Order: sequence, then structure tokens, then C-alpha cells
Amino acid sequence: MSLFGKKQTETASVTYISDAGETHQVAVPIGDSVMEGAIKNGIDGIVAECGGACQCATCHVYVDEAFLGLLKPIQEDEDEMLNTTASERRPNSRLSCQIPVTKELDGLIVRTPPTQQ
Amino acid sequence: MTSDGVVIIGAGQAGFQVAASLRMEGYAGPITLIGDEPNLPYQRPPLSKGFIAGKQEIEATALRPFAFYATHRIDLLTGVKVTEIDRVSRRVVLASGRAIPYHALVLAVGARNRTLPVKGAELDGVCYLRTDAEAVDIRQRLEQARDVAVIGGGFIGLELAAAARTLGKSVRVLEVQSRLMPRVVSPILSDFYRDVHSSHGVHVSLGVVLSEIAGHKGKVIEVVLSDGSVYPADLILVGIGVVPNMELAHDAGLGVSNGIVVNEKLETEDETVYAIGDCADHPNPFANPSAGGRVRIESVQNAVDQAKCIAAAIVGRAENYRAVPWFWTDQFDIKLQMAGLSGGSAHVVKRGEPESRKFSVFYFRDGQLAAVDSVNRPGDHLSARKLIGAGIAITPEQAADPNVDLKALGH
Repeated sequence: MSLFGKKQTETASVTYISDAGETHQVAVPIGDSVMEGAIKNGIDGIVAECGGACQCATCHVYVDEAFLGLLKPIQEDEDEMLNTTASERRPNSRLSCQIPVTKELDGLIVRTPPTQQ
Repeated sequence: MTSDGVVIIGAGQAGFQVAASLRMEGYAGPITLIGDEPNLPYQRPPLSKGFIAGKQEIEATALRPFAFYATHRIDLLTGVKVTEIDRVSRRVVLASGRAIPYHALVLAVGARNRTLPVKGAELDGVCYLRTDAEAVDIRQRLEQARDVAVIGGGFIGLELAAAARTLGKSVRVLEVQSRLMPRVVSPILSDFYRDVHSSHGVHVSLGVVLSEIAGHKGKVIEVVLSDGSVYPADLILVGIGVVPNMELAHDAGLGVSNGIVVNEKLETEDETVYAIGDCADHPNPFANPSAGGRVRIESVQNAVDQAKCIAAAIVGRAENYRAVPWFWTDQFDIKLQMAGLSGGSAHVVKRGEPESRKFSVFYFRDGQLAAVDSVNRPGDHLSARKLIGAGIAITPEQAADPNVDLKALGH
């Protein structure tokens, strides 16, 4: 839901699964990040303190293995930031602010960790 | 239980975070979040970065969507001005006359831009940036502008200069001091950033004093410097610092100095009233003790961490505020990340070379690591947050030696 009149945009489906197993499937506009998709849809498992600048590690997600290969590779700043996550870093850990949603990612599944801070 | 709750004055990053953190902490009482701007609480950092550059839309700066506030039972009052704090009966009074009782009051009232004290400052085309509305106005004006003069070579001025230059405008930065970002970074970084901006075609004039803005039919046309030089400008972007909003606190009899004065728990002299964020003059364990150890910090980190600190206090877990300050600025393709507070640091060493565009500057105060500024070296930055936060000893020689593993030292 947005207060601002937004023009019709193409979207991809992203499913967020909380640590407790709660599932939210939302349509995220192509080009928005997976983090933005969560924030705009009131998904509390993602905090995003720095607003998507890759400066904190509070939008940490575990990406479903089936989609890992479709993501752009981790850059140095994200990699360093991932070493500071509040919940353990795993091989499929990413910062959701660094994952722009693309058509290819339609159906993406991410799991949010037990805690972000 | 009474119906008195927490009242937060100021709905910027700090005020928003208090409300969000209180609910996360399980606080069940009423929360009223009062902002004098019309829109939903939003982030300011993107305004001078991605938004002005056209990479981001204004609605993307909202911290949370409208529904968040109802879901979390946060009574958000936007476009509302507080006229008085009545500390005796513990209520804040709004411009409408309505009074809201509190058991804890948070002043997250922020700061406002310092304005240019020169002739012509009132002309159309002289712009300041703090709010989303101002950012939208500047972005629109940039579409038509040809010659942009940026007054002030600090973070905001330089971010705006980079964005305007990226949009293809002719850009000139005017800084009164002899180097860029003189308040906070070492000359090594000032020189580096002058070179970065120059290489992108930004004209950087240092040690110059603006004496007048000349106009025609009410619109700016040029800037006049005290040495007599004149530069054309159809848009003037001013970033010369801020003044903390202290009037409400002062009128309520609370102490003010370089901001609203608080103790290490971020309480004013009235323990039911806190002040946090840009407006709070607070003791900071990472500040220069020889200068009194007190600072006022304008950053997301400071706003968020101080908000969390007092949210915890309100639910009964009061602790001294002691988060490591950090900050970032994006200019062109270069990210500068800063950890700690460099004030009072006499000894500075480099790790890596500026020519490589990947280097860090380490600041030592009385032999102790006080701050680290990192250009495109995120690993150094995160190690620095750890080393400074934990007070881990590191020598200037270790800092300058790229073979010393900073991460290992931090463990």
C-alpha cells in the first residue's frame, strides 16, 4: 500500500518466510530491492536501519538455494558487512538491500533470520 | 496503569526509531509521534545522494509505509507543531491547543539549516536542503539549471556538487576554509576529494568568501566573492551547517548549550525528558576528553543508536550511551566511511595510497586509535568500528602496515 500515486509497474513475486515460519508473498516492482519489498509491505523481519546503503547488516536474509545462482555476485562491501550480522552468516546469506528484483527472480524465496540486531 | 504514554517530538530518523524500538521492546502504552513536516517519516541521507541524482524516487525514502503506524499502535501526528512543554503537569501542548500527557518525553527535534548572511540570499534560486520538499524543489530546478554554485565544501555541499555534475551541470564549489570538509577529515582526505571533484570537472574554490549574490528580476544570476571575482550561477545550493532546534527545551527551562544538554543516559536535567539525535549535546565516550568529551552528532547512526538506548531505558533497562559513531558519504563513485570521532587527534597515518582510490586514514589521540576514515575499503571500516568500540590497542605502525590483519586484531 502506498500513499503516493504510483504508476503501474511490472512486478515479480517474492516470498518472505520469517524464522517462526510466517509466510508473506508480495509483488515487488522490478528494480526495487528485496529489502524495499519487505519494508513497503510491513514485513518486520527486515529492519534496514541504514536505508539500503550497505552500511548496516539489518536486512540480512537467507536466500533459497534454487535462486542463489541467479543473483548478482556479492561485492566487497556487502561481503564485509555480512561478517557483522546479528544472526549467523551462512553460505546463502545476503543483504536484501543489495538484491534488485528482476524478472528472472520471479518466485524468489528468502528467509529472515531470528534477529537482525 | 494510567493512559499517559511516551510522547516523541520530532518524527525524523531518531523519533521514528524510538517509536519502533519501544514496540520491539514490548512497551504496551500509548506512543505519540509528532512531526511538523506533512509526510510520513522518511530518511534524509538519500535526499542529497540517490534522489537528487535521479536514481531514487521520493516515496522510496519513507522509513515505513502508512500502515506500519496503525499496526504498531503508534499515533503519528504529521504537520503538527508543538508549542509548549508543560513539565509540571507532564503534557505537551500542540498549536491546536490539544494537550497530550506523557510519562516519558523524547525530544528528537533535530536541527535546521544555517542561512547565508549575505546580500541577495533571499533571491529565487538560493536553495537549502534538509527536507523532502526541498529536495524535490532542488531536483526540479536542476533540470533547468546551467551553472550551479555550491556554497560550503562539507558533506552536503559536496554530495550535491557530485550529483549536479553527474547531471551534466557546470558546478563550482565555494569553501571559506583552505580545504574541503575541514571540520571532520584530515588534509589527506581533503586533498583527495578536491582531486576527485576536479577530475570530474567540478571547479573547487578554496579560501574564498562569498560577499554577495547578484540577481535580476528577483532571480539569482551570479555570485560575487570578496576578492572581486564573479561567477555566473542560476542555482545556488547552500550547505553551511545546521543550528540545533533548542527553543522548546529552553522555554521549558531545560539546559541548552551546543544543543539540548543531556547526561550519559541521554536524560535532560528532568529525568522524564530525553533528548536524542541531531539536537542532543551529549557526553560521548569516543569524543575528545580534552575538549570536554561532549558532542552533538548529525548522523543516522547517532539517531538510531540513541533512540534504541532510550527505548531500552523507558522499558526499564537504562544504560549509558556508548555506541561507536559511524558515518558515510557517497560522492561520484567513491564511498567514504568513517568510524569514531577524530577531534583532538594529533597523529595521522595512512594505510594504502590515495592514488589507488582505496585507502584509510587512521587518527590517533594521545596514542590511542580515535577514528578511521576509509575510502573504498569497507573491511578497514568494519574493523575500525570494532577496534574503537572495544578500545583495542593498535599502534600507528600496525595501522599503516597493510600486512597487519586488522580483523584478527579486532577478535
